Amino acid sequence: MSGRVFVAMSGGVDSSVAAAILADRGEDVVGVWMRLVPAGSNADAPRCCGTDEAGEDARRAAAALGIPFYALDYADIFGEQVVDRFVNAYAGGETPNPCVSCNQHVKFDALLRDVVRKFGGARLATGHYARATTGADGRRRLLRARDAAKDQSYALYMLGQRELGRIEFPIGELRDKSETREIATRFGLPTAAKAESMDICFVPGDYRELVRERSPEAFVPGPVERADGTVVGTHAGIGGLTVGQRSGVGVATGERLYVLRLEPERGVAVVGTRNEIATTHHRLTDVRFVAGEPPSPEFATSVVLRYRGIPLAATVTMRGNDANVDLGSPALVAPGQAAVFYAGDEVVGGGVVARPAV
Amino acid sequence: MDRVYLDHAATTPVDPEVAEAMARVLRETHGNPSSIYAEGRAARAAVDRARDEVAATINAEPSEIVFTSGGTEADNLALRGALKVQDGRDGLVTTAIEHHAILDTARDLEQYAHVRLTVVGVDRHGVVNPAAIREAIDGRTSLVSVMHANNEIGTIEPIAEIGAICRDRGVTFHSDAVQTVGALEVDVRKIPVDLLSINAHKFYGPKGVGALFVRRGTRLATMQTGGGQEKGRRTGTENVAGIVGLGVAMRIARERRATESPRQARLRDLIISGVRARVPGAVLNGHPTDRLPNNASFCIPGTEGESLIVACDLEGFAVSSGSACTSGETDPSQVLLALGLDRELAKGSLRVTVGRSTTEADVDAFVGALEHVVTRLCNAAAVAV
Repeated sequence: MSGRVFVAMSGGVDSSVAAAILADRGEDVVGVWMRLVPAGSNADAPRCCGTDEAGEDARRAAAALGIPFYALDYADIFGEQVVDRFVNAYAGGETPNPCVSCNQHVKFDALLRDVVRKFGGARLATGHYARATTGADGRRRLLRARDAAKDQSYALYMLGQRELGRIEFPIGELRDKSETREIATRFGLPTAAKAESMDICFVPGDYRELVRERSPEAFVPGPVERADGTVVGTHAGIGGLTVGQRSGVGVATGERLYVLRLEPERGVAVVGTRNEIATTHHRLTDVRFVAGEPPSPEFATSVVLRYRGIPLAATVTMRGNDANVDLGSPALVAPGQAAVFYAGDEVVGGGVVARPAV
Repeated sequence: MDRVYLDHAATTPVDPEVAEAMARVLRETHGNPSSIYAEGRAARAAVDRARDEVAATINAEPSEIVFTSGGTEADNLALRGALKVQDGRDGLVTTAIEHHAILDTARDLEQYAHVRLTVVGVDRHGVVNPAAIREAIDGRTSLVSVMHANNEIGTIEPIAEIGAICRDRGVTFHSDAVQTVGALEVDVRKIPVDLLSINAHKFYGPKGVGALFVRRGTRLATMQTGGGQEKGRRTGTENVAGIVGLGVAMRIARERRATESPRQARLRDLIISGVRARVPGAVLNGHPTDRLPNNASFCIPGTEGESLIVACDLEGFAVSSGSACTSGETDPSQVLLALGLDRELAKGSLRVTVGRSTTEADVDAFVGALEHVVTRLCNAAAVAV
């Protein structure tokens, strides 16, 4: 490998170790940290990689490795492409995946573009648990991490050949988290004992508070209906509900009822039994493939419907950039989540689960 | 990689003679300058020698020099000390292009000390019109503060004229001369200035030490209370090694100024002509001629400062995008906006400041690298991926 490799450093142990592995290999490594929230704000969101405090941790890790380090500002694009999308999705009755948005629009679009075009970098590395390899045919492949328990390939399904040609995931080959921490300790990285980031990084507490603050119109009470239109109760607002959830639907019948779908246009939450809500047919939008194109217009695959979800046998039928997914057995899927196709450990592609046509 | 340092307005490398003098003091002069025995007297003598050097540099009396922890503290002491004087006057007049140490202090005083603040604008070259200062002064104005030269754009201000107006109106006049003492002639017997801020690390001295010139007879209250050092104006045990470093740095700057400033001005002009020739659309910020001998400041269309600095650093050149004190902010500089520059253009700011070690070869190499960097950044901005 030649040329400068930039490492997106979050301040956490994973990306620090990614930088350490590359530096240890003798690569010309440059650390970059992305400011994702305006300076000085969100001091109470300790798990957010885009705050000042995380930036300081990243700076210290880079200093420990003796690599150049820059703090770059992506707060505007993160606000638009991740936070706004997140709020709008909930307000629109969907269940967003902000990690997917961040990877798609911030890390592997805005940052990757800047690294290559502005700063003359050859490659971008991140601390994701996934593997990017080159097949015998010269095509780049995206694989699950060696450590299945840490695998993050689900949230990277949108990467295509152009991106993967310039991406490295140095920690995807590590056996497990303990190996990551071992390396961190060996390199004297100050992040060796730090807690992991998780959940929704930019929301310090309950995400519903953020949605309520930004989209108060999604917190107007409305009726709770059964699929046949019978009103069985009221809810406090579409923005606080998620398809598939049991709690929060104020009904007192003898059955266990789950949110079947949300209809923001009417302000209605439709509930049903487990049998009613799990279906075999789902529709996807914005479908992408790692290879650039589907294996065939209709193909059998394993589909994962949520982060760390189990793979389900499915048949995918392409409809332009959309696709129909037919599952072997019914499953509950929240619109807005990613549906990711796998062939064994290899990511084939994926799309966004669409709200069912009413 | 060979590095070329072109950010001397942010800070300068400590002169080896300064470092040696400081090391000697740390090793050999451990006394407290306030102690009456031999060790204390030795420390006091070292501080007083430094005071003489600073005084000689600006043609002041040694008793008119108050040592501080740097330029920011000198500015704070000047503003807060002058406004704290209980004489019924509560007006502060300053300009839109001052350093944060002045502007933020002024706003703090406005908010918490009921000071009436007037901020005077500048022309497109960053020059303060003395008539505007005259107009801003009223019967209750206590202090006027106008910097000697701007740290971002290099423009030199007409402080002699402004000082004369202040003297005429009986108003105390302060000037932040952090960028000029050592580079330009600053003679407090010729310039009617009452308070003047000085900083060591802008002139090859150590960080964390500076001074405030306080003209004899100027009413100035103290900010800190304590043991009464510096005649009670800046109490606290003296930073003896730092003060000695400041003294030596001032002496060296004074000795070299006559040859060094014109030499740096030639390098500055080479940068300005080189950038104009090779970077399309580059605009020089600040006054075309009345500017610091080491400062070349530009706005480069189609770029933004953060990317310029990162890309130049990766090529081996240390430059800045304005004040080092505001690094990390991507909003355009308040100074550039005060010149009336377009917001988008002001985002692409670049400050190049040469120093004693800068050579013509450095300047040539930099201009070439900048041309390359700007071409790449403009292409990146133009091409949608």
